[in-house]
Amino acid sequence: MTTKFTKDHEWLRQDGEAWTVGITDHAQNALGDVVFVDLPEPGRVVEAGEAIAVVESVKAASDVYAPIAGKVVEVNAALVDDPALINQSPTDAGWFFRIAPSGALPDDLMDSDAYARHVESAT
Amino acid sequence: MSAAEFAALEDQGEFIRRHIGPGEAEIAAMLAAVGAESLEALVARTVPAGIRGVDLSALPPPTNEAGALAELRALAEANQVKRSLIGLGYHGTRTPPVILRNILENPGWYTAYTPYQAEIAQGRLEALVNFQTMIAELTGLPVAGASLLDEATAAAEAVTLAHGQHKAKSDALVVADDLHPQTLAVVRVRAEPVGIRVVVAPVAGLAATIAAEKPFAVLTQYPGTEGALRDIAPEIAAAHAAGALAIVAADPLALTLVTPPGELGADIVVGTSQRFGVPLGYGGPHAGFIAVKDALKRALPGRLVGVSVDAHGAPAMRLALQTREQHIRREKATSNICTAQVLLAVMAGMYAVWHGPEGLRRIARRVNLGARLLAGASRFGLRHASFFDTVVFETGAETDAVMAAALAAGFNLRRLDGAVAVALDETVTGAELATLARLLGGSIAAPKGGLPDGLARTTPFCTAEVFNSHHAEHSMLRYMKRLEDKDVALNRSMIPLGSCTMKLNATAEMIPVTFPGFAEIHPFAPVEQAQGYLRMIRTLEGWLCAVTGFAAVSLQPNAGSQGEYAGLLAIRAFHRANGQGHRDICLIPSSAHGTNPASAVMAGMKVVVTACDRDGNVDLDDLRAKADQHKDRLAALMVTYPSTHGVYEEAIREICAIIHAHGGQVYMDGANMNAQVGLTSPAAIGADVCHLNLHKTFCIPHGGGGPGVGPIGVAAHLAPHLPNHPLVAEAGPATGFGPVSAAPFGSAAILPISYAYIRMMGAEGLTRATEVAILNANYLAARLAPHFPILYRGAQGMVAHECILDCRGFGQGGGVLVEDIAKRLQDYGFHAPTMSWPVNGTLMVEPTESETKAELDRFAEAMIAIRGEIRAIEQGRADKADNVLKNAPHTAEEVAGDAWSHPYTRQQAAFPLPWVRAAKYWPPVKRVDNVHGDRNLACTCAPLEAYAERQFMQAAE
Repeated sequence: MTTKFTKDHEWLRQDGEAWTVGITDHAQNALGDVVFVDLPEPGRVVEAGEAIAVVESVKAASDVYAPIAGKVVEVNAALVDDPALINQSPTDAGWFFRIAPSGALPDDLMDSDAYARHVESAT
Repeated sequence: MSAAEFAALEDQGEFIRRHIGPGEAEIAAMLAAVGAESLEALVARTVPAGIRGVDLSALPPPTNEAGALAELRALAEANQVKRSLIGLGYHGTRTPPVILRNILENPGWYTAYTPYQAEIAQGRLEALVNFQTMIAELTGLPVAGASLLDEATAAAEAVTLAHGQHKAKSDALVVADDLHPQTLAVVRVRAEPVGIRVVVAPVAGLAATIAAEKPFAVLTQYPGTEGALRDIAPEIAAAHAAGALAIVAADPLALTLVTPPGELGADIVVGTSQRFGVPLGYGGPHAGFIAVKDALKRALPGRLVGVSVDAHGAPAMRLALQTREQHIRREKATSNICTAQVLLAVMAGMYAVWHGPEGLRRIARRVNLGARLLAGASRFGLRHASFFDTVVFETGAETDAVMAAALAAGFNLRRLDGAVAVALDETVTGAELATLARLLGGSIAAPKGGLPDGLARTTPFCTAEVFNSHHAEHSMLRYMKRLEDKDVALNRSMIPLGSCTMKLNATAEMIPVTFPGFAEIHPFAPVEQAQGYLRMIRTLEGWLCAVTGFAAVSLQPNAGSQGEYAGLLAIRAFHRANGQGHRDICLIPSSAHGTNPASAVMAGMKVVVTACDRDGNVDLDDLRAKADQHKDRLAALMVTYPSTHGVYEEAIREICAIIHAHGGQVYMDGANMNAQVGLTSPAAIGADVCHLNLHKTFCIPHGGGGPGVGPIGVAAHLAPHLPNHPLVAEAGPATGFGPVSAAPFGSAAILPISYAYIRMMGAEGLTRATEVAILNANYLAARLAPHFPILYRGAQGMVAHECILDCRGFGQGGGVLVEDIAKRLQDYGFHAPTMSWPVNGTLMVEPTESETKAELDRFAEAMIAIRGEIRAIEQGRADKADNVLKNAPHTAEEVAGDAWSHPYTRQQAAFPLPWVRAAKYWPPVKRVDNVHGDRNLACTCAPLEAYAERQFMQAAE
């Protein structure tokens, strides 16, 4: 099971046919306590790089992008009632949505080492 | 000789010394501390020589308080106070004297700042929750904001909110043709730049137009502008069937008797709360309102107060969902609104507290009966059988005669096409009703018409305890005092908010605001009756032209953000008039106020952010590259001067020249104008248009978060493109782009404040005020520099009128964050400086010229003492988690409690310096939990039942 990362501080993990997407520990830490998420409609067809969700803390609001093109097959409805899951478990219970890809993955996705260097260089 | 001596002993320049805090000896001591020989030498080291110079010879020599008051009294008396029954959203009202004196005329309320520091603003936050509760219940919607600028802009905000929500991306807005004309005009101005098409439809054809246009929203008035009251449920249903949101502009007094729009299905309800006890004031300031369905609350424009808990779990209020707002979202914000109308919203909420639901209903029933009696008395036919307070009489050929006879009898009515409208209000007496009946050819007998069947309100409103317990004056007086005492305002201590210019709001400046000759004029009264206002407005415009170096000024914008928007619209109109309508790129430095990008988007421009260098200055190379890259589409640059980092940038003239060379115009954000007046000017730095914040530089108080006045000044080539008004020709050039505010001169009633200030200061006093503002900031920088790094300085080591204290280094050693310092200042009795803006983790301090050296020293001592407290943590002498900073603020309940578990003493908590003891301010709550509040949003008072239950539970314990 491979996990990949985007420069926008999202992770994606292959889960059968679909990829599960969330924000990284670094991202949740930068946002602080999350108070609200807005998730896409299941079934929506999305482009890679399209802003399809919103995550808000008391001090910041940020778009969450579809890292790959495809169709949203499932969203994590638990986040709506308990957005703190994103802080508590960003890479597990705090997942955002699953996308069934419609083509090849973008070639700028990073592995965990590359992402760690990306975070290092950005701070 | 003796007469000349007598005249000389009248001290005409007295006010200059009252307004400017430090006296000669203090100034000398502070100059020594900053290492300058004189004020002039200090200025020479601070302000670049290339931009110095402004001609203030147009300003009269200063007069003292008595002189200014006499002059303003004469101007007020040059207005003719008639009984204005014109309506159009402005109605006579009786301001309860207890509210007039204890809120509107009380510095404890009017000198407070926007409640960003929630712990020391619980009083006005509670008053705003009252307002939100009242609006939510009257409109029948669950969430109401803490006020907008006026009814027309509230409608425009609702329109853009709906536009942003619409999934099918329609650009059509359907508007019923019985909307107030000024609302329609403001909506049209707001709609056009963002590509919204406004389709006006007759009421009868509304459903068909909605079905045909498939709009994103439908906007109707309830009751209509002519007073007609109809069931709007079918048109709301038609809107929903077409996939549109239903926006209703409603009269809150009518809503005490008729079914609220929320119950009829409306998604958004807007309006003005003016008739709830706020004087007409020739158009403002008044609190506009907006209420929305729950699903829209995250798109609500403007401030919203929410109830949360403090660190001990006690209920505490604070501004909620701030991520909606421009200071976080910038160009993605739902609106550019920043300053609102807090003081007026507080008044309107208190009006409901004072009268209670029964009182409000009685007032409404009396207004309605007056209208019905007049309808029954008139020999003229009625245009509309159903109405609340406004009756239209078909006077036909006799219209002129009726209007003239009414005027002769002291009444302003509204002339319609072949008809006359009379809008009743709570001030109309029985005798006046009889006179009106006679003017309409009859006498008072049986009532006629009125509220239509089936539209009677059946649901209660204002059920919370607060609206049902302060009907005795003592109770009301003490309730308002209790709230006032919870807050820190300028009558308690300095409020050193960078970029906010919390200077003196002198009593002599405030007194004319409630002169009847200013307070009781309807904005659409015939201009012959407002000659005193017009004279004051023209004079003030002339003075502001001198101060800015510009050719023309519009006083219409009601806030700095609205000034930005108006100024950018002027630039847009100028480009279009020159065949350059494709110019739509707005360059904005990354250090700009969040309102700048939000305003640019509203003006139809695309924002391109330019970089700042390490010293906080505009990066010239990046600016040049971006100006060149976009030279074919460059519309404007928005630049703040002195910069938001508190520095007079040396390159400002070059910056402006680059923009002009690439075909753009320069918009100067006037937030920091207090560092320019008399020394330089927007024209001198090369700008084409600027706004001024009269509520910063020119002494209008902040009112706890409004009112504001944000006039714009423009160079001659932009003068034809200033705002104007469809109902009052005098408001602006005929070639203007239309109105940005509901009222022709914006918030005219508070212009006497700025008039009085300039009149009492004169050129000499204004210039000296700027010099001392610079001195005070440099003095604080000099005193605090050994303890806190000062982040930015000008070329010769000086700061402008404010300075930034870098607090980012304290996190590493002791874990202290800037927020901890801000909250700890509350224990010392101070409002924190501007926090984490423009640089995260810093405090920006602006002392203004009005603070004495003694007060500056007190503040410096507090900051230095706090630095000592931080050092104790850093050195391990204080616990890293349980210390005076992390636990700040400390309440009386906590400090006087039987249990005390902290490793520091109660004395250290509450009385950290000797002088704190002398006038201790007790923060009423512990640190407010923002996260809890935003996760569990609650924006209204608990209803009576919940209160009763709580009392019962407490009694049982």
